[in-house]
Amino acid sequence: MTNGWVDIKNADVILAMGGNPAENHPCGFKWFIEAKKTRGAKIVVVDPRFTRTAAVADFYCPIRPGTDVVFLLGIMRYAIETGRFHEDYVKLHTNAPYLVGEKFGFDDGLFTGFDEASGTYDKKEWAYEADAKSHGYSLDHTLQDPRCVFQLLKKHVDRYTPEMVEKICGSPKDKFLKVAEIVTSTGNAQRCGTVTYALGWTQHSTGVQMIRCAAMLQLMLGNVGRPGGGVNAFRGHSNIQGATDIAGTFEILPGYLKTPASQLQTLADYLKDATPTTLNGAQWPSMNYWTNYPKFIVSLLKAQYGANSTKENDWGYAWLPKIDGNHSWMYIFDDMYRGSSTRAGGKEPGPEGLITFGMNPVGIGPNVPKMIGALSKLKWLVVVENYEIETATFWKAPRDYGTADASKIQTEVYQLPASGFAEKDGTFINSARWMQWKWKAIDPPGNAKTDQAIMARIFLAVRDLYKKEGGALPEQVLNVTWSYTNPAEPDLTEVLKEINGKALADIPDPKDKTKTIRLAGQQVENFGQLQDDGTTMCGNWLHIGVFTDAGNNAARRSTADPTGLGMYPQWGFAWPANRRIMYNRASADAEGKAWDPSRPGIVWNGKLWVGDVPDIKPDSPPGEFGAFIMNAEGVARLYAPALADGPFPEHYEAIESPVDNLLHPKVPTNPVAKRFSTDKDVYGKREEFPIIGTTYRLTEHYHYWTKHTQVLNQLQPGFFVEIPEGLAKEKGIANGSQVRVTSARGSVQGVAMVTKRLHPFKVGDKQVWEVGIPLHWGYAAGATGHTGPLANHLTPSAMDANTWTPEYKTFLVKLEKA
Amino acid sequence: MTVQSLEIRRSSASVWGSLSGARTVPTVSKYIDTTTCIGCKACEVACQEWNDLRPVATEQVGTYQTLPTLDAQYWNLIRFNERDFEGGLAWLMRKDQCMHCDEPGCLAACPAPGAIVQYSNGIVDVNPDQCIGCRYCETGCPFDVPRFSRTTGKMAKCTLCVDRVSVGLEPACVKACPTGCLHFGTKEDMLVMAHIRVDQLKKDGFAQAALYDPAGVNGTSVVTILAHGDHPEWYGLPANPHVPILVKVWKKFLRPFGGIAIIGAVFGVVAHYMRHGPKSAFGADQDDSNLPLA
Repeated sequence: MTNGWVDIKNADVILAMGGNPAENHPCGFKWFIEAKKTRGAKIVVVDPRFTRTAAVADFYCPIRPGTDVVFLLGIMRYAIETGRFHEDYVKLHTNAPYLVGEKFGFDDGLFTGFDEASGTYDKKEWAYEADAKSHGYSLDHTLQDPRCVFQLLKKHVDRYTPEMVEKICGSPKDKFLKVAEIVTSTGNAQRCGTVTYALGWTQHSTGVQMIRCAAMLQLMLGNVGRPGGGVNAFRGHSNIQGATDIAGTFEILPGYLKTPASQLQTLADYLKDATPTTLNGAQWPSMNYWTNYPKFIVSLLKAQYGANSTKENDWGYAWLPKIDGNHSWMYIFDDMYRGSSTRAGGKEPGPEGLITFGMNPVGIGPNVPKMIGALSKLKWLVVVENYEIETATFWKAPRDYGTADASKIQTEVYQLPASGFAEKDGTFINSARWMQWKWKAIDPPGNAKTDQAIMARIFLAVRDLYKKEGGALPEQVLNVTWSYTNPAEPDLTEVLKEINGKALADIPDPKDKTKTIRLAGQQVENFGQLQDDGTTMCGNWLHIGVFTDAGNNAARRSTADPTGLGMYPQWGFAWPANRRIMYNRASADAEGKAWDPSRPGIVWNGKLWVGDVPDIKPDSPPGEFGAFIMNAEGVARLYAPALADGPFPEHYEAIESPVDNLLHPKVPTNPVAKRFSTDKDVYGKREEFPIIGTTYRLTEHYHYWTKHTQVLNQLQPGFFVEIPEGLAKEKGIANGSQVRVTSARGSVQGVAMVTKRLHPFKVGDKQVWEVGIPLHWGYAAGATGHTGPLANHLTPSAMDANTWTPEYKTFLVKLEKA
Repeated sequence: MTVQSLEIRRSSASVWGSLSGARTVPTVSKYIDTTTCIGCKACEVACQEWNDLRPVATEQVGTYQTLPTLDAQYWNLIRFNERDFEGGLAWLMRKDQCMHCDEPGCLAACPAPGAIVQYSNGIVDVNPDQCIGCRYCETGCPFDVPRFSRTTGKMAKCTLCVDRVSVGLEPACVKACPTGCLHFGTKEDMLVMAHIRVDQLKKDGFAQAALYDPAGVNGTSVVTILAHGDHPEWYGLPANPHVPILVKVWKKFLRPFGGIAIIGAVFGVVAHYMRHGPKSAFGADQDDSNLPLA
């Protein structure tokens, strides 16, 4: 979230799209209600289903799954056409005035720079135009130049008329216009609105572009950086934000630093590649905060390798693993299933072992038969879990998952009993970026161990093996520092202190070298104290400030609210720098005054920025730096020449879609979204599978875990399929009867829930149906739990082009009576 | 079990309660705002856990609703209803539970003295020690709330967490509600809050929004905001609830008559004694001296 949960109460309009917060985030949803009751805020829901959120919303508009880009570009077109956008903000804080180079273009579904053979774009063709004289950015503050971002955007969205929205999304024109009217009512200084989303946007082959649309819309309306505004992602687990921050995926190191690629052999090469440079003569000089990259990475290497990390050995950069391509979820399992690496042209073997921690690949991966097939190829599998989950028992999955005879599966499976969230100390980082310490409530049962104990013991045992037997590149393991009081089970406060970082030598004050800002051994307090000469160490630069010499700030619980806006600065710790609203410089105008004085983010008092923790240098007067300090150009991007699938979002149908792309039939789907090619990677044709399937969670259950829990099983006793009344009538399906849903991958059977909440979509002149499939069941539920089909038996090996997130939200199925 | 710290305003099959008049307690109320209820069922679980009720066996039959109706082990149930109306589709979620009527039909119908009581704060409670399991209260309730437990042979229903309320806590469901659609306080305060919300709903386009606090039972200690206040039946609520006429007849006429009959019977016994003396248990010919002393 750019803002926070509590801040939703400051909104005048809340657009809930690509998410169902009342269902999935009922506790945070209280702030929606608060806004409604205290400010008279309007809640608008745009969703393929009439959800629990829609049930308490002020306005609901249906949308065909996977067409959100069309809907949102349609709102942007409406805003430009009617002038209902915040023009002063757009000129001041976005790249709307920036000119784009002549090479950029768009024609019939493709941007310029597309390479058919590799299925990728050459992003250099989308670059800004450099001023011929100053070699800086070329700007047109009147927004009239046909090559300026604003005019290009206007042209790009021109095709997305209300009629086109109705045709593609199946959203009635009058309802679309009503949504557009309510949402754009915040396109001014006085009002402010928020956009909230979750996995209903991320889990599409165009997911990132849907979220881009939200960011662009909010920038057009002047709602980013302001209390009551922002683009707010609701994370799907209690600590998924923490996992992402600390390098949850292969392409990042802690703090969103890049995992080095194999061709970057030295730290200098790596830094040259990773540190962004800015063109000269920008609108104003940019802080370009990523110029601090060397401090972040050197301090991280010092945290990782301790005294072994020296200037002479490039701080141990060589020991960091390098990546030679894509190691995201679906690629790992693809390699595993093939038994060879696709990146190495099939020459290298695929993984032979897998350790899964707090994760159930069989349940959560798309295309379950492929997941099970992949695990069957492994030599060994370690499952660290509280329950005996589907992954631990994949070899005895029902035969309709395509599982081989158990006697033919050679995988040796170990299950290590883990401890649950209440059985260990630690931190959760919530959607609002608040890091909150939690205290252990009870001891883990039996032989169950904490995660850090399991990980530490594996590490220490592996290190012993390297010490005794050597091996390829032993330094990578042997040089890791492990200076915890109890090496076999590190205390998590020690780990948190390490993440925060400390001075390794006295740090002189840059303004007066005779003074010091930190003494050796003191915890660092802010980003500014980090050094790139090995005199500081820091496990994650983004979390600096969480554990200073003042103590564990994640454990703070003060409800003091000095601004009255619900920022609670002394409750836990919000990264970065305890900032509650990101990009908060944009909450003020060119003079540093709040756009809306009743809801100031930060304001310039003549000497300093005051209010929230400013994201700009606190003593830098208005006009000195652009508000968006992480972008080299200093402003926010309506045009983003960095994404894999285009600088502007464009409508592409899902990989499995029941209709043609009405805008450009020749490029129906995202041209850079990859497909897989094993025998298990089958994709359905609309002739055979005419109905849209979509998967989701229910409020009564938590993922695949609570099917073991009697009280919750009572609330939602079993698997069901939500079917619109009209479709049920057509098929002669009665409520409560058994139905079978089949995709190209497999089929599931369950109770029909016939409902008015799902409806047909009129796409062009075709009527399209949708069925809903909740995902909480599986074949492993112990003796007392409730078993049921895995929803992901149906989902395809399709994914987003930027994040490689699977496309769980739109695929094709057929429906029959069972 | 009755709560000792609360005085009793009314008691079943008794002429008087135990109000001493020494102190007055305001009537309490739970206010349910169905327009901000998301049907998450946290209240259902909180109710079970606080009141030590075991999970019930349920089955997916094509609805989000946990059970078709209330149960002796399930005193709090969100009812889900889908309705088309001129403004579109409404997915209505309404918390079903004992309404704690000001004139409780269950209490009126109950023949067991003290089995159903109404405390001075308005809460209506079943006292299982006194309950004889005759199920007359089912007949008396216009909201179909009391349930007979085959395990205990007693009636069971929501107590409005009287054990919590009597020590200054809110009911468990209110505590658990994540959106704040449940509120608890004095009825006076709840009515103020509720009417502000009704006015807000009317401004937001729900011209028929209303507070359900039915006059037929002289108001309830559980009041509910309905966006479609002209259609309480959409929510599974009776439009004009009242205590069934037969129960009223029983309470107002037949039972005093029964009382007269009892007095008559006592009078008859006394008269019989005066006339015939004590009845011998073992007959006149038996030797009383052989009996052990009682």
